[in-house]
Amino acid sequence: MPPKSQLCLLAALAVAGVATAFAGRMDPYFLDVLLSVGVSVVLAASLNLINGFTGQFSLGHAGFMAVGAYTAATLTKTLGAKLLPLVGGQPWVLLPLALFAGGLTAALAGFLVGAPSLRLKGDYLAIVTLGFGEIIKVILQNVEFVGGALGLNGLPTTLNPAWSGVIVFATLAAPMLTVYVVWGLLNSTYGRGFLAVADDEVAAEAMGLNTTRYKITAFVVGAFFAGVAGGLYAHIKGTLTPGGFDFNKSIEIVVMVILGGMGRHVGVILAAVLLTVLSETLRKFGDYRMILYSLLLIVLMLTRPQGLFTWPLWKRKAA
Amino acid sequence: MEFAQQLLNGISLGAIYALIALGYTMVYGVLRFINFAHSDVFMLGAYAGLLLTPKLGGGTFGGGLAVLAASMAVTAALGVVIEKVAYRPLRGRSTLTVLITAIGVSLLIQNVAQNRQVGFGPNPKAFPAVFPQKTFSWEVAPAMTNTVAATADTAPTVNVVPAKTLSVNTNQLAVLVVSLALLGALHWIVHHTKIGTAMRAVSFNATASSLVGINNDAIISFTFALGSALAGAGGILYAMNYPTIDPLMGTLPGLKAFVAAVLGGIGNLPGAALGGLLIGLLETFVKGSRWSTYSDAIAFAILILILLFRPAGLLGKLRVEKV
Repeated sequence: MPPKSQLCLLAALAVAGVATAFAGRMDPYFLDVLLSVGVSVVLAASLNLINGFTGQFSLGHAGFMAVGAYTAATLTKTLGAKLLPLVGGQPWVLLPLALFAGGLTAALAGFLVGAPSLRLKGDYLAIVTLGFGEIIKVILQNVEFVGGALGLNGLPTTLNPAWSGVIVFATLAAPMLTVYVVWGLLNSTYGRGFLAVADDEVAAEAMGLNTTRYKITAFVVGAFFAGVAGGLYAHIKGTLTPGGFDFNKSIEIVVMVILGGMGRHVGVILAAVLLTVLSETLRKFGDYRMILYSLLLIVLMLTRPQGLFTWPLWKRKAA
Repeated sequence: MEFAQQLLNGISLGAIYALIALGYTMVYGVLRFINFAHSDVFMLGAYAGLLLTPKLGGGTFGGGLAVLAASMAVTAALGVVIEKVAYRPLRGRSTLTVLITAIGVSLLIQNVAQNRQVGFGPNPKAFPAVFPQKTFSWEVAPAMTNTVAATADTAPTVNVVPAKTLSVNTNQLAVLVVSLALLGALHWIVHHTKIGTAMRAVSFNATASSLVGINNDAIISFTFALGSALAGAGGILYAMNYPTIDPLMGTLPGLKAFVAAVLGGIGNLPGAALGGLLIGLLETFVKGSRWSTYSDAIAFAILILILLFRPAGLLGKLRVEKV
């Protein structure tokens, strides 16, 4: 009998599988919102590991997302014609591989960014990660192989019958895997190091923890899942432009983490779902949509700065 | 002469960055947080200039100064309102909370400005002439013709080398003169007036300053007014040199000015001016080279290098963390 958490994961994956089987009968708009929610949860849960649990304020999550999105899209679109026969013409094999590769390149980018800049703290770290996000965007704009400023389009999406199933399943399963990995990591001996760094870096160092190593690990793992989310995003939208991964996208993810209550699992997931659905619901207000969104953000920060979903019940246990 | 022209353009861009950077650095000095809405105050300064120019008789020397002064007053008032409504209730809360609120305020201003009914609409608008327009050019090398003598199988050719000129227009002059005057005024306020001394005291140690009878809230309001007025002036000067303005025009100059503030050492006023000048020069020279498409990334690359090798900035002092 495997432990309870693994049973939960298996049950969740089974739900994702059933949902995938019925995806064809769902309202396309509903499916689109559902998939966006999936991507948001992956992004928010992974940033929560960096910002919330390890206490390192990063504003460059969209940059890692872009790296993963472009890697995955290059593998399935630009090189897809060559790679697909190698895996027996099966998108069910190619897409997970492409997502994994996207995650790995994003993790590599996370390591390259994190290793030098995690010596900095607070606002400075925020600005450096913001700077890296912008640099990644400018580099993508200048690389002709991935379409330059025009970006990539015509990626396989859910509209393509051969790809539809695997894209839906991957997008529904990824958030569950992300949450499971982040949760499992934090409840391991190693994960206590992240919490120690967040609580008091000086004290953690005095206890003999190699704080830099913990910070970089959190950064790399977070970047990996941001890359996976980017790959999923690419195959939901079907087009990629470097401008889509700008500062505002990073902010959107940070807002989910803050509203959910930094360093809380359930709250952050709920906030990711709520904000994604909210931004869809506000569409009917047309031009006023973003005004309402920003007003809501200010009011929430003034009235509930500790996060929306922070009742005592969900306080992180023994952390 | 290419070089001298670029130098001139770089200095005038740098002077604008310096004006914005001063606002970031002053607010950071007293409140220790990044005022993300600052770049939008800069944008609103440009729009104030657009709306006030026909009313106050812009296009003449006196009218131009009136437009500048009135717009600065408008943005100063805006800065104070933003601080009162959005930041003051959060005094004493964690930096992150204030940071996110600042981002919210920034988004709000941008989106209200983009709205067609209540704002200015999303389309770029042409910026009017605030000061009288005139271009001065100096011919530094006269036009020349080189005649290449005919050889056995080619006809003689005449190469015309155009005259090299260095040109300055009144807009660029206005940028230099106005920003120098404002920097001078700021220096005088901060170092030779009572309120300036109080500002430095709050920035040095907020608890101690309130103990000696300084009204911290009033000083913080004043700092926002001062920083926002400088950003408003920067907005007008920027718009004069770049013909159109739009509601999102503040984002990139704002980020670069912030980089300038960090480069010079955040919280340090001469540092912000120096950083602004350096970033402006560098950006102009990179734009003129064959890496021009990377010019937006260069400011951030510099920032990262500076933070890694001299985290306190060029003129800043490193504070040692005490446990």
